[in-house]
Amino acid sequence: MAVITYRQALHDTLREEMLSDENVFLIGEEIGVFEGSYKITAGLLEEFGEKRVRDTPIAEEGFVGAAVGAAMLGLRPVVELMTINFSLLALDQIVNHAAKIYGMFGGQSSAPMVLRTPGGGGQQLGATHSQNIELYYAFVPGLKVVAPSTPADARALLKASLADNDPVLFLENLALYNTKGEVPEDAPPAEIGKAGITRTGSDITIIGYSRMATVATQVAEQLSEEGISAEVIDLRSLRPLDRETLVESVRKTGCAVITEDDWLTYGVGAEIAASISDGAFDYLDAPVRRVAAAEVPLPYAKPLERAALPSAESLKTAVRQTLEAVGHRR
Amino acid sequence: MAETATRSKPASSGSKSRRGTRSGGNRVQQRQGKTALGSESQDTLRDYFRQMSLIRRFEERAAQGYTQAKVGGYCHLNLGEEATVVGLMSALRRSDYLFTNYREHGYAIAKGIEPGRVMAELYGRTTGTSKGLGGSMHMFDTEVGLLGGYGIVGGQIPLATGAALAIDYRGGDEVVMCQMGDGTTNIGAFHESMNIAALWNLPVVFVVINNHLGMGTTVDMASAESELYKRAVAYRMHGERVDGNDVVAVQEAAGRLVEHARKTGEPAMLEAVSHRMKGHSVVDPAKYRSAEDAEAAREADPVAAFRSQLISAGVLDEDGAAEIEREVQADVDAAVAFADDSPHPDPATLFDYTYATPVANDSRRLPADPVF
Repeated sequence: MAVITYRQALHDTLREEMLSDENVFLIGEEIGVFEGSYKITAGLLEEFGEKRVRDTPIAEEGFVGAAVGAAMLGLRPVVELMTINFSLLALDQIVNHAAKIYGMFGGQSSAPMVLRTPGGGGQQLGATHSQNIELYYAFVPGLKVVAPSTPADARALLKASLADNDPVLFLENLALYNTKGEVPEDAPPAEIGKAGITRTGSDITIIGYSRMATVATQVAEQLSEEGISAEVIDLRSLRPLDRETLVESVRKTGCAVITEDDWLTYGVGAEIAASISDGAFDYLDAPVRRVAAAEVPLPYAKPLERAALPSAESLKTAVRQTLEAVGHRR
Repeated sequence: MAETATRSKPASSGSKSRRGTRSGGNRVQQRQGKTALGSESQDTLRDYFRQMSLIRRFEERAAQGYTQAKVGGYCHLNLGEEATVVGLMSALRRSDYLFTNYREHGYAIAKGIEPGRVMAELYGRTTGTSKGLGGSMHMFDTEVGLLGGYGIVGGQIPLATGAALAIDYRGGDEVVMCQMGDGTTNIGAFHESMNIAALWNLPVVFVVINNHLGMGTTVDMASAESELYKRAVAYRMHGERVDGNDVVAVQEAAGRLVEHARKTGEPAMLEAVSHRMKGHSVVDPAKYRSAEDAEAAREADPVAAFRSQLISAGVLDEDGAAEIEREVQADVDAAVAFADDSPHPDPATLFDYTYATPVANDSRRLPADPVF
């Protein structure tokens, strides 16, 4: 089993899918000659040519919409949106069109496409280049939103997304591209809508996705040295949302901390907390806590940016405080 | 007579399309004067009249259905634009694709959908073009290549460009027509898509129906360049303006551009100058409209004008025209009856069309249902 980066897993899977299906093509800014802003598409223009690796003008609404139209005629576009921040320029095409084609026309057509886009802060890119706005898309029925946190999930979810007949927003994270992990080459595609339990435990449930799911797993391992047994759930899919898995876990552990890179108010964590209230209220020993980003446009200055984003330390603090409130004995 | 409005030297083409370099450059022209009946056969001319009359009668009945509360939502009619609708659709093959805006009942009929299915969609019935899920603004039929009416101004333009990309990708010979109103030419998606279509040499004909009104805002109030066909210049695209009240002129112009796109992959833009006889939608009394403009729309009535023209030319006599009108009346009556007799969708089917590929944990919760 190969140990490769998240970036390499994405690249290899794209290449593999292009080799196996000639309807799969890549479209986006700087993905060809420039080989991708984050080099996911490096070498693919040379291998597959301009027809299948299509550099676009800087015109998100135009090229995302063109991908939707091409998908309606049966092609399988993989759109690279340089960052999720730029997806806002294409919001009409994604929300009003891609998401509605199947339902609005009574199932006669759909938009089978993958919108790959990295989000996240921590790179000192300032307020407009550091957002986690996947929630905007997870809000919309008709779209599917997945967020792989490991190289293996990146591969399995990208395969699932390409096999799916609906538009899938595929959330990457700048902080994950260089992370490494084992990627089994014969693993089947993931099941969209299913969360993963990355670590089992009995004292507390930590729920996260994307970068914060990996942080949560690390934190759980570190806390186990303090005698805390934390179960970690990686949502993997924000829509559909696997409420069953997280509620079942909270019923077992009796308390939960949710962690996310996006803002607190109306964020993904709010939906998770509501789900826990719906499905595990009687099992809760403590209020559900949320560890999310500070509610500011993310500043450029490093100390300010660092203070605004959730970290392993902030997550540990929240877990410890929750357990102290229920009298957990280490 | 063709007038070249603006011309600058085309740059050397950087197109790498298999279709080769674009030959059209940025020719932009306005054709002037009334087209005669051209070389169309008498049968074809009578068929144009029949289709125009059918759309006229259909739209009158759609408005009636609205006042009877059988049609809900918004309801934008093609009244006054029948010559444009029929001329454009006559230029397309059945296998060619059409994307329209929300003013599309006439297009659906002229592209080949049974009027009964169009009326049933207005009535929200399962037999409608979108099984009742779309309504007036969202008709669709893969069989005839209608790839949708779209309710967001200009939302259809990037989609149409993408459909043309798919045709080009596969090496097909279909053409995409993208219909829109005059107000649409001011949005970003219009310019982004025109640029992309020209850059990638995609077989799409952008058709702007200039009825001079974007809801209540006149084209002069909204567009810095109100001769809209000239916008094609910015994309080195062929642009042309045609009298939208003249079905034969529209058919000829559209046919030429469509066949050119089919042969070369070159996109083009056609502006059809027309009039809307009524308000923006059925509920709009159009109080913003000047008496002169409303009068001009009435005078330009393309159905009445074409009827007279055919009678003067001896293609039809009064009896023949009245016969067609009786047939059309019967067709529309049948469409209304079909819609009326069709079933409403069963609420149990509410979740059937959210996703094309079913997935785990898809919410099927009704408003009063608990989550767990």
